Amino acid sequence: MGLNGIFVTGLGAVSPAGWGVPALRSALERGEPLPRKPVARPGWDRPLLIREVPPASPVPAFFGHPRLRRVSPITHHVIASALEAMESAGAGGARQPEKLGLVMCLLSGCVQYTHRFFDETLRHPATASPVLFPETVFNAPASHLAALLGSAPVTYTLLGDPATFLQGVAWAADWLLEERVDGCLVVGAEETNWLLADVLWQFDHRAVLGGGAGALYLSRRPEGSPGVELSLITDAAVYSVRQNRTQAAQAMRRLLPAGQADELLCDSRQNRPRVDAAETAAWRDWPGQRLSPRSVLGEGLMAASAWQCVAACEALARDAFPAAQVSVVGPNQQAVGARFVRRGA
Amino acid sequence: MLFPPPKSPASPPRVVITGAGIVTALGLGWHANADGFRQGRTAFRPVTLFDVSRQRVKLAAEADLPAELPRTRLSAKQQRRLDRATKLLLLAAREAWDQSSWAPSGDLPLVLGTTSGGMSLGEDYFRQAVRQPFRRRQQPTRALHYQAQTQARFVAEAFGFQGPITIISNACASGANAIGHAWELLRRGRSGRVLAGGYDALSLLTFAGFDSLQALSPTACRPFDAQRDGLALGEGAAVVALETLEGAQRRGASILGEIPGYGATVDRHHLTQPHPAGDAALETMTAACAAAGVTAEAVDYVNAHGTGTVLNDSAEALAINRWAGARAATLPVSSTKASVGHLLGAAGAVEAVVCLMAVREQWLPPQTTLRAVDPICRFAMVRQPANAPVRLALSNSFGFGGANATLLVRRWA
Repeated sequence: MGLNGIFVTGLGAVSPAGWGVPALRSALERGEPLPRKPVARPGWDRPLLIREVPPASPVPAFFGHPRLRRVSPITHHVIASALEAMESAGAGGARQPEKLGLVMCLLSGCVQYTHRFFDETLRHPATASPVLFPETVFNAPASHLAALLGSAPVTYTLLGDPATFLQGVAWAADWLLEERVDGCLVVGAEETNWLLADVLWQFDHRAVLGGGAGALYLSRRPEGSPGVELSLITDAAVYSVRQNRTQAAQAMRRLLPAGQADELLCDSRQNRPRVDAAETAAWRDWPGQRLSPRSVLGEGLMAASAWQCVAACEALARDAFPAAQVSVVGPNQQAVGARFVRRGA
Repeated sequence: MLFPPPKSPASPPRVVITGAGIVTALGLGWHANADGFRQGRTAFRPVTLFDVSRQRVKLAAEADLPAELPRTRLSAKQQRRLDRATKLLLLAAREAWDQSSWAPSGDLPLVLGTTSGGMSLGEDYFRQAVRQPFRRRQQPTRALHYQAQTQARFVAEAFGFQGPITIISNACASGANAIGHAWELLRRGRSGRVLAGGYDALSLLTFAGFDSLQALSPTACRPFDAQRDGLALGEGAAVVALETLEGAQRRGASILGEIPGYGATVDRHHLTQPHPAGDAALETMTAACAAAGVTAEAVDYVNAHGTGTVLNDSAEALAINRWAGARAATLPVSSTKASVGHLLGAAGAVEAVVCLMAVREQWLPPQTTLRAVDPICRFAMVRQPANAPVRLALSNSFGFGGANATLLVRRWA
């Protein structure tokens, strides 16, 4: 046992870098922004640019599951990252705990099918596809994952800005402390399409949308774990008329340890100075190394917050750092931070 | 800190309701709704909010919003920009906030349930992006206000409080899950009070979605009727002010009722269909009763999820039969969706407030449109307005994706 007795024992990721944590790690180690893909926007000559998940190769076996044959890509990404996290935790298949929790975190959710269904509705409602509509519901990915796992009696879907992912991690840790569950998946995911890219463009013409998912598997049992313990998650510093985004970022920063030169900061900056200003100011005094997954993978919203946590925990698991802090300064709700430590560090 | 959390109390505190606000198509506020639900009035009419001329079904339960919102700390400009869903939410929150007599603070959690947030703004965004691609006017505002966290922030700003915001989107159980999560926060000592509820406004996408599934009734919403042929959609919001009994008594608050139990499970059977025998529904009701330390014998009224679809009602009826056992024969059950339709993310919160009305005012909400009760129901459907001793009410909420939740509401006397 260590600090609080809650361990990150499994990691999973699907990102524009590819399927799996190794692909994510390689892309972040290279540090070069991944290539962007043009996506046509109706009525415009100039396309929008996105970073989308490359096709899976080989196609995962679960794609053929009867319930998953017609699902939106976000569900595929959610399931792939969740299964990877459970496998890496040694909690897959027959070793899956009976009491499994699932916290799904989304901002936009199933935008591809929502877009398609609404487009069909506007063209002619009588022919709008009943196959699409259920997949537009925010909790569809969580439902499919729970069904595939066959056992997730505690399942919630949370909405919010990207800092909500850390709230989801706090929920999971709390459930574990209360012994409501024996293991818990926390998944953050988003999809890409022209409509969501257009939304992002409204606020920042040079932002690049990214899609995918990231998953943490939390447990009270450190056996087989990559050796990462959850140390703390700050209160949510919510934006308001009394606390703007910059002040909230600083309030979050004050709740985390100052940090050491050999520690890692994994932040939510996108290499977009105006958007990053609040977070840059809050962490001006950080003494250690920094990693900014969004600047490489794109603005993956909730998925990107999950990638931040995956990247931080993966670095701890291979002993690259004794501790890592994760900072998520969301665009319109809150700033939340977390600290993870290597077991025994 | 969100983690590690404060140590849970050795003995979980009792959780009471000190404020409740409600908006449905029956009206604005407690009195209009209590009057309507007590009489079993129905509030369906032709949809005016969007074009349904090419839809199979053309009725829904639209709420009448006041021309002006009540005064809050929001500026006139902010109020002008609010979408319909946020207005519904604010109206319900205003009533709950006033009734609770809470003062603004910096650590008040807000827990809300919704399925679609500001969906109508998302629809407007899409239309303009497609039809007038070079016109940016209002698009950033639509994109921002579409998001549920923005709507939640408006509630906090309107009443001048701050604290963590949690948005639960477990489909049609969202409102019940929000109140249930708030209950858990209080029971575990994470907070001394929580504002919680659910909201959803009618939108074309949702209406067309249920119509595409042929889930909407082309006749009338008649849950548990042998000839039922579908659900009807509605819109609304309900918000409750929850606090520990000790806190409420310390400040001399007027206590409206108690939430003694909550249960939540997942039905993994199918994305849109419940387990035919109601296994998960049974599990949820059992869990809520176990949390409260009661059995079906102690329950005086069940507000069923009762959508009016063939599959939901038969599965829920079987679950209630199994859960209630011998008690079923005399157990009053109704679905208030017969009056105001299915409010999706608001449904669980609105129906919890209906249960609060029943335990406070000692009446049973009838389903006056019921013609012939499905013989699968072994329980006593409430068909006519009736006064009755109601000490403990149970409210079921089941959603797409198998999200199931049950809340218990106890009379405070």
